[in-house]
Amino acid sequence: MNQLAIDLGAVLAAAAPLIFATMGALLSERSGVINLSLDGTIMLGAMGGFTVALVTNSVPLGFGGAALIGAAIALILCILSLTLGQSQTAVGFVLALLGIELSSFLGAPVVRVPGPSVPFLPIPLLADLPIVGVVFFRHNLLIYLSFLLVPFIWWMLFHTRMGLTVRALGERPAAAFARGVPVTRMRYLMCILGGALVGIAGAAYSLDLRQGWSYRHTFGMGWIALAIVIFGGWRPWRVAFGCYLFAALEIVALRSQRTMAGVPTQVFQVAPFVLMILVLALVNLVSSPQALRRIASLPPTLRGPVAMLVSRLAVAAPAALGQRFERP
Amino acid sequence: MEIAVTNLTKTFGSLRANDGLSLRFASGKIHGVLGENGAGKSTLMKLVSGFLQPDAGQLAFDGQPVRLRGPGDALQAGVGMVHQDPLDVPGFTALENLLCAAPRRAFPSRAMARTTLTTMAQRLGFTLAPDTPVGAMTVGQRQQLEIVRLLACGARTLILDEPTTGITAAQAHALFDALRQLAADGNTVLFVSHKLDEVAALCDTVSVLRTGQLVGEQLPMPQPQQRLLELMFGERIVQASGQALLLAGVSVSEPQGLPVVQPIQDERSSEASPTRPLVWQLEQVTAREGMVRLRNVDLRIPQGRVIGLAGLDGSGQQILLRLLAGRLHPDSGRILINGVDMTRARTRTYREAGIEYLPADRMRDGIVGALSLTDHFALLQPAGITVDRQVAAQAAREAIAAYEIKATPITPLIALSGGNQQRAMLALVPDACRGLACEQPTRGLDVASAQGIWQRLQARCATGCSVVFASADLDELMAYSDEILVFFAGEMSAPLPRATLTGARLAELIGGVGFERSAS
Amino acid sequence: MQIQDAGGQLTSRATYQLADLADYLARLVLPFLGALVLTTVVLLTVDVAPLDAYRILLFGAFSTPIRFGDMVMLASPLILCAGGLTLTFAAGLYNLGIEGQVVLGAIAAMIPLRLFPDLPPPLLWMLSFAFGAAGGMLWALLAASLRLGAGVNEIFAGLGLNFLASGIALYLILGPWRREGSASSSGTALLPRELWLPTVGSLRLAPLAPIIALVALVVVWWVLSRMRWGLEVRAVGLNGAAADRLGVPAVKRMAQAMAGCGLLAGLAGTLQVLGVFHQLIPNISSGVGLIGLLVVLLVLARPIWVLPVAVVFATFTVGSVQLPLTLGIDSSIAGVLQGALVLAALVSRGLMQRRRRA
Repeated sequence: MNQLAIDLGAVLAAAAPLIFATMGALLSERSGVINLSLDGTIMLGAMGGFTVALVTNSVPLGFGGAALIGAAIALILCILSLTLGQSQTAVGFVLALLGIELSSFLGAPVVRVPGPSVPFLPIPLLADLPIVGVVFFRHNLLIYLSFLLVPFIWWMLFHTRMGLTVRALGERPAAAFARGVPVTRMRYLMCILGGALVGIAGAAYSLDLRQGWSYRHTFGMGWIALAIVIFGGWRPWRVAFGCYLFAALEIVALRSQRTMAGVPTQVFQVAPFVLMILVLALVNLVSSPQALRRIASLPPTLRGPVAMLVSRLAVAAPAALGQRFERP
Repeated sequence: MEIAVTNLTKTFGSLRANDGLSLRFASGKIHGVLGENGAGKSTLMKLVSGFLQPDAGQLAFDGQPVRLRGPGDALQAGVGMVHQDPLDVPGFTALENLLCAAPRRAFPSRAMARTTLTTMAQRLGFTLAPDTPVGAMTVGQRQQLEIVRLLACGARTLILDEPTTGITAAQAHALFDALRQLAADGNTVLFVSHKLDEVAALCDTVSVLRTGQLVGEQLPMPQPQQRLLELMFGERIVQASGQALLLAGVSVSEPQGLPVVQPIQDERSSEASPTRPLVWQLEQVTAREGMVRLRNVDLRIPQGRVIGLAGLDGSGQQILLRLLAGRLHPDSGRILINGVDMTRARTRTYREAGIEYLPADRMRDGIVGALSLTDHFALLQPAGITVDRQVAAQAAREAIAAYEIKATPITPLIALSGGNQQRAMLALVPDACRGLACEQPTRGLDVASAQGIWQRLQARCATGCSVVFASADLDELMAYSDEILVFFAGEMSAPLPRATLTGARLAELIGGVGFERSAS
Repeated sequence: MQIQDAGGQLTSRATYQLADLADYLARLVLPFLGALVLTTVVLLTVDVAPLDAYRILLFGAFSTPIRFGDMVMLASPLILCAGGLTLTFAAGLYNLGIEGQVVLGAIAAMIPLRLFPDLPPPLLWMLSFAFGAAGGMLWALLAASLRLGAGVNEIFAGLGLNFLASGIALYLILGPWRREGSASSSGTALLPRELWLPTVGSLRLAPLAPIIALVALVVVWWVLSRMRWGLEVRAVGLNGAAADRLGVPAVKRMAQAMAGCGLLAGLAGTLQVLGVFHQLIPNISSGVGLIGLLVVLLVLARPIWVLPVAVVFATFTVGSVQLPLTLGIDSSIAGVLQGALVLAALVSRGLMQRRRRA
């Protein structure tokens, strides 16, 4: 029981960087901009954040630096795609590769150098609660913030006027324009804010979860984060669930390496990726028109629950995602 | 609120959409703005509502000169525009749409927005539920929502662009009542239309535009129809046609003195001769797409006929077109092409049987914009390892001459004007075509281009090809169809011979008045 | 009327071509300038004389015959990948799964080498290339069916399959194909000498590699510009719905373009095994797929440009290998330069389009 609580706590901690990255991507994509540079941004954020924290000996400054790096990459993406009309996919991909190479080049001097990290901060009283305390309240500030970030983004998107505007930008920018919203400027803002969160996700690796910096330190996490946003159907709670699911798989892989010696470790290393593809495929298949038609022909007793399940699973991307808005 | 424009000019490339317009709309009145397609009505309205910026000239609201950087500025100054396709967010509820990017002073809280929505809707006689998603509303309801939103955000001048397209007769009635009430309250209404009867019924004054210029300024209503038609189309054309019946969209004669198209060919419209072989035969076909479902359709279309499909957007005519073209498979029933059962055949088999489909959105799914006419003809060559570019170029040259397409064989089609693209799309239909399913074949075209398209379509009919077309333009339906099928809420009427219909009767049927589904 | 039209069209075409030429030059020069500025800034931050670094990056690959050979052996699989990617790019697909297709090609190429080590080498090489091509194609078709059958975006399907492919490679290296005695994640046992592709003298340059790459590139060029199939693929990439209406089987063409790309990527993987590493290692692709994507973003769907750009990119990478020893900086500056080039090309493309519209 206690071991389970510790594992659950570890899952919550391991998911924190992904939460920051996916919420950043969500913000950007809900406003209609797809930031494919996530892998490079996280990598450069991790390297930059760690270097800044090392030089200034200040963890907060490290996070600040990482956020700036993320914002700067997002700004470049916006200039190239929103202002200069290049494909968001192409620009994002190049920025991803460029970020990775830059992190390797600039980060070479700090490889495996010990540095500062986010201090442990158990919450007084609550941390001593049985089980709950171990799961939720024996972490550091970064992880507590990741708990708060999801409800905050959800509240912002679905319960504020700002959120209405952001969602309108992603669904029908022409409608936002007709209401006097400066479409391109707002998209810049959302993408840059999202980019800053992604940069913070990078620093969350180098200053907390995988302390320090090494060659390709956060390999692949950006692509995972992008896939989780799709898996979560652009809805904050479901995206968060995806992050925790992925982190849980990682922890399971780590644990079973020790306990299940017969199973090759590679199975566990690639399992989350395979699972991600399969889930995406499944979700798309059950919400396809053919599947819907088949559901409609089910006996009435089955039809209701199945249709409900499918509508819960189905994902619809923001209608204007990746499209450029040109004012008339 | 008084709107004044002075010397307003807007050009798109070489086209002068608005050419030095000076005009004043007094407050508290409903002003009609008339003109045929492409006359510059929409451009003028977009300039006044901030969607476009003028190249030259001035705007003044209540005597104050204004510079509008966008629609937000216009709304702040009190001018709001309702577009033909209302600019709302489909995923939002009515209430969310109202709140989205609205000024805080309009709705200090969500609860107050809800109250405003219900009270204003009630006062204007609209039926709007705050929590209905916009995607589930009819065009008429979405229009009503936009009107409420604009008024709540402080609009004192409302611009409506062709508001009666795609709404029911009852909704149009409610809309007109609401507009009269708004004018009586001191608001200004600008009503853009090409339908004379609506303008006559509603407006206090009317202004007429032709090719970007003002040809009739603030004429007090009522005006004789003949005079308005002369203003809209120019005297020559109206005299040549000699029919005041033709309202707009399609005129009867070719401007350059080409032979007058006979819209009705008596010999064809008389009794479909039973000896003619059938192109299409539908037996008890049921199909669905999206939210619309077409049930138990029986239909026989012999060779050489023109069948018009009338109805509001999304009433089922698109489903029928896609069924006929093999792009949608029926859930049940049989489809026979030239007497052969093709119920579940692939689109490719339909094409091989001579069935072609012309979509409404040319650039989206009609033609490949970056490729040339030669490339397109190369794609149509019979299968082989390589393509014969010489042959394709020759075919392109012939098509350019025969269809009067203004392009070279190697011009990318995206660089062509709408009319030329439409003619190119038609030129690409093989001669062997037996059945042509067209969605809005003349949408967005000027009168001459539209007529050119119909000349070609009728020439094809003369060789035995059948044309089934959907159109939102009643005059087009009345002018060219042998028979009309009316769609209402997923139901299809029996084929109605054109001679038995009038425009007014057709409009009623589309709105569901006296509509009867075909017996089956 | 018609003559006038044609004449007007002609003059406008002539001016268009002149503007085109200026554009063309600007497009060639601007990216280099932009990339140079960006890379120089990066070099200055680590306190290195940029000229020294550029000298090595640009000319290092030509300093000795051995290095030149290495450059050719890197350029060859790169040309194969980039050539394949022009097919998918023409079809409007972002085949980010190409890395996995290279890896699967390499794995499949190993199969005949392990099964029939006693066959005469030329026969074995042919078998190996055939297996490699099939392996890459299989992996590409998997991504294609995920995209076309289940609607999973090809970018994510491809990326997931990349991870899966490297997982399989690692599993084979540590498991069934492990070295005699000690299993090591560094790779399988080296192939017997006689199975290595023959090289020129003592260089690592195997002439068969560039020959295969160039032949493949010519085929790709011919297919895209002359064959009906190529025209259809381009139509699908430009506007799938319209191509479908005109009778082009769009889904089939997309899948075939993916398969073609996978085939070439599989050949690249086979070259990596037979000509470069002579064993299966975890990082068998050494990133040629990703660099190939950068190349294609530069050249778009124009295969003729693949050759010079791939050679330049390979030059950077091979030159950069000397940097840690001579200047004490990390070799990843080559990747920075490559990425910066593409980024700058996108900027200049955007600026040109903007100017033309204005």
